[in-house]
Amino acid sequence: MSLQDLMQRADLWRGDTAPPFAASLSTGFPALDAVLPGGGWPQRALTEILLPHEGIGELRLLLPALARLSRGDRWLALVAPPHIPYAPALASAGVELSRVLLVHPRASGDGLWAVEQSLRAGSCAAVLAWPATLDSRALRRLQLAAEAGESWGVLFGHERLAVSSSPAALRLRLAPRAGGLDIHVLKRRGGWPAGPVSLEVGHALAMPASAASGDRGIYPRQPSA
Amino acid sequence: MVNAAASRLGVRSGMTVSAAHGLTAPLRVHGRDASAERATLDRLAAWAGQFTSMVSLMPPQALLLEVEGSRRLFGGLDRLREGVRQGLAELGYHARLALAPTPLGAAWLARAGGEPCITDRDALVGALSALPLACLDLPGKARDALAAMGVQRLGECLRLPRDGLARRLGPELVRRFDRALGRHPDPRPAFVAPPVFNARLLLPAPLDNAEALLFPLRRLLLELSGFLKSRALGAQSLRFDLHHPKAATTGLALDLVAPSCDAQHLTALLRERLERVILPEPVEEVALASTALRPAAARNLDFFAPARSPREARVLLLERLQVRLGRQAIHGLEAVAEHRPERAWRYVDPGTSGGKAVFSNRPLWLLPEPVRLVMQQDRLILDGVLSLGRERERIESGWWDGQDVARDYFIARNPRGACFWIFRELTAGGGWFLHGIFS
Repeated sequence: MSLQDLMQRADLWRGDTAPPFAASLSTGFPALDAVLPGGGWPQRALTEILLPHEGIGELRLLLPALARLSRGDRWLALVAPPHIPYAPALASAGVELSRVLLVHPRASGDGLWAVEQSLRAGSCAAVLAWPATLDSRALRRLQLAAEAGESWGVLFGHERLAVSSSPAALRLRLAPRAGGLDIHVLKRRGGWPAGPVSLEVGHALAMPASAASGDRGIYPRQPSA
Repeated sequence: MVNAAASRLGVRSGMTVSAAHGLTAPLRVHGRDASAERATLDRLAAWAGQFTSMVSLMPPQALLLEVEGSRRLFGGLDRLREGVRQGLAELGYHARLALAPTPLGAAWLARAGGEPCITDRDALVGALSALPLACLDLPGKARDALAAMGVQRLGECLRLPRDGLARRLGPELVRRFDRALGRHPDPRPAFVAPPVFNARLLLPAPLDNAEALLFPLRRLLLELSGFLKSRALGAQSLRFDLHHPKAATTGLALDLVAPSCDAQHLTALLRERLERVILPEPVEEVALASTALRPAAARNLDFFAPARSPREARVLLLERLQVRLGRQAIHGLEAVAEHRPERAWRYVDPGTSGGKAVFSNRPLWLLPEPVRLVMQQDRLILDGVLSLGRERERIESGWWDGQDVARDYFIARNPRGACFWIFRELTAGGGWFLHGIFS
């Protein structure tokens, strides 16, 4: 069989051409879009975001896409968020608050149930969750639910989960960097791992470089007034 | 009536009870309950209203549905008939469905055992002529007289001279034939459904498993759905009563965000609900009542294509989550024009308008309560030494309600690259606090 014949075969997967994504949503960061299959967040699929600890810009990374989705007619669901999602910050980022749905399950098994229901319902544009642990069977269920409900599932997890395999369509590992984030693409459908991609994810209050370096302690200054 | 199991053992309709007992020992004989039959016919009439606005009772066991006007809505007579048949089967009933241009014609054809679909008068005359007189529900005297004349089928009867027939059997009988054949109008009183829905179902055997109850309860929900659709209503509040032999009745309430007449959705909600029910005793009878009836969106009423509006779809998810997790587990968010950060937001019902942002530079996470920061040698510590940004935002507000604050807010960063919103208390106690996280 010649190479030419091989290239004609429909069942042959070619690494250089990413399969076209049915739907993807620009992240709002061109540098990141450039490395994502389809040029953005894969919709109808799970995205896993792994990080060393919270507070490094992991939500700000999603905000442009979330703001856009919130102007559609489906929910943005946050299941068991670790803190109070602060309405003024969401609103000033352009998120339409009337589309935000917060779910606070109390029993332990209810979190996964709520995520799956929300993904599968078809009425959530995105479902964000912060599961403590997830086995691959649960992840597969969620991936299927995201496909069925045409929803974007985003799971935040600790970076130590990076060693286990996952059925998620996209896995990113985030690392803080002065003034922004380094993003490592651990897995993307139809492509090899990539990165890091460095992004500014400022909150409109750029930290002064000296302070952001974090190498010197700052004495709490006396209020000048 | 003889069920299939008894029939296999040789029990026949018309047998005496003792003869039947002789054939099979464990025979269970149920007395006929005329009032229960009538109640069932009423409930089915209320359910059938979803197919046509003109339902009429023909006791003891027939319902008349005027479907000429519904043909188009339901996509033709065949689909309409299949819809009725399938719906009845889901309710646990078996029916013979005959279609004819006249009510009597349809009733007689159904009683004769066929399920024809006759749409024109000539075909109707042909079909009715072949019917044996036994199917016509004639008064005993007329039946005997006709039998004495050697007449066995309606067709033979119709060939007899009309005057003679009227003289011998009375003019009423001839008029009845005319009505059946469509030669004389036959108006019927329309069934009027009760204003609220109330139905009960005696279980064939007591059930002690809450999940198993879903099946009989679903039948009640299907009945409710037909009842609601026929009147363009949705139910917003349902109450199930599970009756036990001795223990007090177990009550189950389902409260919806928006009125619904969708049996599938209601069943899904009920399933979640039943998972959390503990039964003190087996259940022998179930009942469903719905009083809070509201106009439903017209889209809900489309029988074959239950497409939902985006808003309906959003509400459906709320209800599913709410039924299992409780009302207090579901929230929406609103931004409030208020300087004190902890009061600049509040939980609202999901989907309500969320307010506008007034301030920028706010963190995406807020802590429920500010947390006092640790200081070591004049340095603030949070996973390492915090470095503060240059900008300071003073917030002094609330003197009018006694909950006043006086704080200087900063953005701080620790050596591991995490960003925090912290403040210095300017009033009596002083000190530094963590209030939010720039995630």
